Amino acid sequence: MAGEDRPALSTGTGRQAVEAVWRIESARIVGTLARFTGDFTLAEDLAQEAFAEALVTWPRDGVPRNPAGWLLTVGRRRAIDTFRRGAALDERYAALARDLGEGGAASGQVGEPPDAELLWDPDRVDDDVLALMFIACHPLLSAEAQVALTLRVVGGLTSDEIARAFLVPTATVQARITRAKKTLAAAQVAFELPPGDERRTRLASVLSVLYLIFTEGSSATSGAEWIRVDLAHEAIRLTRVLARMAPGEPEVHGLLALLELTAARFPARVRDDGEPVLLEEQDRRRWDRAAIRRGRAALAEAGRVGRGLGAYGVQAAVAECHAVAPSVDETDWERVVLLYEALCRLTPSPVVQLNHAVALSMARGPAAALPLVDELAAAGALSGSHLLPSVRGELLSRLGRTEEARRALQRAVELCGNDRERGVLRRKLAALG
Amino acid sequence: MKYMLIMRASDEAYASFQDVDFDTILETMGRFNDEMISAGVLVAAEGLDDASTGVVVDYSSTPPVVTDGPYGETKELFGGFWILDVASKEEAVEWAKRAPMAGPGIKTEIRRVASIDEFPQENEWIQKERAWRVKTGQL
Repeated sequence: MAGEDRPALSTGTGRQAVEAVWRIESARIVGTLARFTGDFTLAEDLAQEAFAEALVTWPRDGVPRNPAGWLLTVGRRRAIDTFRRGAALDERYAALARDLGEGGAASGQVGEPPDAELLWDPDRVDDDVLALMFIACHPLLSAEAQVALTLRVVGGLTSDEIARAFLVPTATVQARITRAKKTLAAAQVAFELPPGDERRTRLASVLSVLYLIFTEGSSATSGAEWIRVDLAHEAIRLTRVLARMAPGEPEVHGLLALLELTAARFPARVRDDGEPVLLEEQDRRRWDRAAIRRGRAALAEAGRVGRGLGAYGVQAAVAECHAVAPSVDETDWERVVLLYEALCRLTPSPVVQLNHAVALSMARGPAAALPLVDELAAAGALSGSHLLPSVRGELLSRLGRTEEARRALQRAVELCGNDRERGVLRRKLAALG
Repeated sequence: MKYMLIMRASDEAYASFQDVDFDTILETMGRFNDEMISAGVLVAAEGLDDASTGVVVDYSSTPPVVTDGPYGETKELFGGFWILDVASKEEAVEWAKRAPMAGPGIKTEIRRVASIDEFPQENEWIQKERAWRVKTGQL
């Protein structure tokens, strides 16, 4: 072949190469700098400055042999510059600057660090990255800010990449991150692992952010779909990272299982023309079997380390029922019903109750499920959503109550905000005759 | 995106490995693998047994010629592979650069792993392969 001997230098030196290094290293660099300086906000600034410098010098001079050491050295040097400027005002900064100055990091030239291994404290680095996740998902921050900050400092995505994934302008993402950092600084949030009793609630906050990133990626039906599937994969990767750092937490494994098992269905979820495919109509041969295997392993791990599954684990168990069933009819619906009953107790909500009713209709027929749906409707639950009338219409149609079914489905069509889903509902309506 | 990182080395380079302490190899490789697991990117990995125990089937002639061990005519040998699930080719390259390997004639080749979704789905043989993947949970 003609091009065979031509080395593709661009792959090793371009902006994309710098971004690839950054994706791998950013969490450890921000985490390590945050521990050095005791200041998360400053550490994030320093890390971004080091990244910006790499974007300028690496494409010109080549990627250094030890890119992480290089970035950390630049970050530390900038830290010292910052501290020197503030040293006259702050005794603590002066002491830090002296400490950090040891080992030549203060010299103007950034070359290869003498022994980059010493820059990492292997016993601390996992804790630093974990602390980073906790602070990025801090409950003081809005959900949008948590998501943006997590993707940037833990995931190593650029503001541009985050903006593209969420279909918002880059300036919006930058503003969210700036504001989040100001909030954390104003509230004097310490860079540390949350203490014992606080840990569980703070972990729940991290898990919900990862789940939110995933659903943002997986619910996309717009033209930019491929980018957003990347977002779902990034959520899975970050959850895997968390599972390694917090192996004793059942819900971390539960969430990982849920994400893997849900993502396993991605290849079958959208037709070539972009139309969504409902679970019952999906070609199950297209499901990603390796993802199912990984998801089931994570679910087993959740069961092993916990005393019973949590809410994510139970949802993963539902997903597992689907994943192992050859068809809708051969699904263990009785088990799905039990799992939804458990979920109704763990996290009661009208959506969960509605799903429970659907499972019940599959296990024992529409007549068993309709009273539950009517009860929800009578309570005024989900009143603005198409979900309830569409389930109700489906059940009524299966019971042969065609006129009532038509009214319910018409109501669902009126309420449905998504074009493609509305199309599915219209087809159901037409099928009533 | 899945990429396969394929270890390649000249037979001389492989021979030089014989002098390295096996525990050291296990430790450095173990650390590298561990780092990729911690980063959530490692999907699969296998190492190959010594090339001298291998066999080469050469199709240059009919019927093909079978020789024990690849020494002699082969300049490069495969040593093993990793499969990574990463966002870009550049990221796969970055991981490869971190592998604990150094020396003349030692290389890692990086190739994207094609998904079965990229093949014509109506093809009977693709459908058969899919059925096998469904039954056995292959990547």
